[in-house]
Amino acid sequence: MDYVLLIEQLLNGFQLGIILFLMAAGLTLVFGIMDLVNLAHGSLFMIGAFVGGTLTLVTDSLVLGAVLMVPAMFAIGVLVETIALRTLYRRSHLDQVLATFGLILFFNEATRLIWGPEGLAVPLPDFLEGTVALGAGITYPLYRVVIIVIGLLVALGLYLLVARTRFGMLVRAGASNREMAGALGVNIPVLFSLVFGIGAVLAGLAGLIITPITQAAIGMGEDVLILAFVVIVIGGIGSVRGAFVAALLTGIIDTMGRSFLDVVLLLFLPPNAAESAGPALSSMLIYILMAGILFFRPQGLFPPRGATAAP
Amino acid sequence: MKSQLTPAHAVSALLIALCAAVPYLASALDEPFYVIVFARIMIWAIAAISLNLIMGFGGMISFGHAVYLGIGGYAVGILAFHDITSAWIQLPAAIGLCALVALVFGVICLRTRGIYFIMITLALAQMVFFLSVSAERYGSDDGLNILWRSDFGSGIVDLEDGAVMYYTIFAVLMGCLFLQWRMVVSRFGMVLRASQSNETRVQAVGIPTYRYRLAAFVIAGVMCGLAGFLQANLERFVSPDMMNWHRSGELILMTVLGGTATLFGPLVGAVVFLLLSEMLSTITIHWHLLFGPFLILVVLFARGGVMGLLGSRTTRD
Repeated sequence: MDYVLLIEQLLNGFQLGIILFLMAAGLTLVFGIMDLVNLAHGSLFMIGAFVGGTLTLVTDSLVLGAVLMVPAMFAIGVLVETIALRTLYRRSHLDQVLATFGLILFFNEATRLIWGPEGLAVPLPDFLEGTVALGAGITYPLYRVVIIVIGLLVALGLYLLVARTRFGMLVRAGASNREMAGALGVNIPVLFSLVFGIGAVLAGLAGLIITPITQAAIGMGEDVLILAFVVIVIGGIGSVRGAFVAALLTGIIDTMGRSFLDVVLLLFLPPNAAESAGPALSSMLIYILMAGILFFRPQGLFPPRGATAAP
Repeated sequence: MKSQLTPAHAVSALLIALCAAVPYLASALDEPFYVIVFARIMIWAIAAISLNLIMGFGGMISFGHAVYLGIGGYAVGILAFHDITSAWIQLPAAIGLCALVALVFGVICLRTRGIYFIMITLALAQMVFFLSVSAERYGSDDGLNILWRSDFGSGIVDLEDGAVMYYTIFAVLMGCLFLQWRMVVSRFGMVLRASQSNETRVQAVGIPTYRYRLAAFVIAGVMCGLAGFLQANLERFVSPDMMNWHRSGELILMTVLGGTATLFGPLVGAVVFLLLSEMLSTITIHWHLLFGPFLILVVLFARGGVMGLLGSRTTRD
């Protein structure tokens, strides 16, 4: 029953892709619209896990915790944007990298101070335990299905928000030409704050959603952040659609590589070599993918229309 | 490059004299700990100088520069693991490997600009980082201990001797400072600096900027690999942490702290950064809580870094 494993891993990859999308969507909007390199986006992921986790433990309900986390993360996002990041928009990318690197150090240490070094475990509520039968002898953990569904709903909502509403129109206008949008009377600072707040909520949601599986830990956002960078680079900076496609691609390729690359390598390598090359190569796979895509399309798969990305 | 003597020059000269005198001062004060501290500082300074070459003078913000520290270090570690301790094999291996990796990464990265460049250098460095983490044979996360330092096969350069190790690092640092200066004032450096400020115009003059930038990228990679070679020898230990992306961030930080695109900025930055973190960490274990905001303040208010405050003008002027 090899295909059962194959489909399970495909779903796992899909789920990782969803998490990456939630991270990358906020990141790519902040990049695209504000031209800001925000390394601290991974910290928002971590803060979402800790704040949402605490709210869950206090209210004794994951759903309630998640619902309450949304305004909390929005407030934190707007606060961070107003206090620390607003002055950075006109600075060079180098300054932005450094300042947001400083924010990471600060947030990691603040989290350690508030929640202690050992992290936070959030139990999975009973009604989300168990597995679902997907037919053809495939069962899959219910909670992971829920993650995928939530992610797809958020993606749909974000698409509608960006493509169908007035707010989305302003966002797109800001992404393709900030100065012109400002000149036409769009209140750019407020728009920036709102977009950053939305990005913070999405990152926080991603952090909270995987906490029942992994538990919240200090620095948990950093690996995800770098993967999210890969995603938005592949997808094209500023493009939510590109982020979606690239996130799923990255998630699936990473997961499939880790599960099956050694099996594939066995076909044309001696067992010894395949066993040692498999894990090494699979951990490099998505970076090779990124390098490959960039070599042919330096702007990513879906560069936003009218964006002046490469001066 | 004709400029008046400024406080920046005095501080630089003082620092170099201090580096040269540390073993004597340390034994006079009976604080041998400072020899190790300054050896580390000088190694970081070498790495920061190499970053300054591409970032300060070439405008290529590499957020994965620590990867060459790791590669240079692992060249020593892995060869020593297989009982090959001759420096005449380890050193060329470190240099060759760093040059090769920098060449491949450079070809990929230099197709891009701005934010893309920053993130791609980061991602490629992460790739090597994860490769070292997954190399179970060579210790994975735990790293590799190095029993014997690189053996130069002569009585003169015996790295097992602490003082010789220290002054080898010092000599390499001086060499890198000299090389940086020669490169920056040469035609090569001129093209590099010019293509930072207006690449299109340089190309219009008929200069193939891509080759210059790639060459600088490879030279910087090799120089940083040299720092990795020294670090592995000094600590007798290599681990994936050497190329953790935090290290790359710290390298950028040192360079900016000291003053980008200045000759002595990276050295000053490394001294300030490492002494400051040493001091802050003795005050509180939560020193990052202070250090993070400090960083932000440096970015916001102290443009030009320490050298800028001391009145040094960048060589760009």
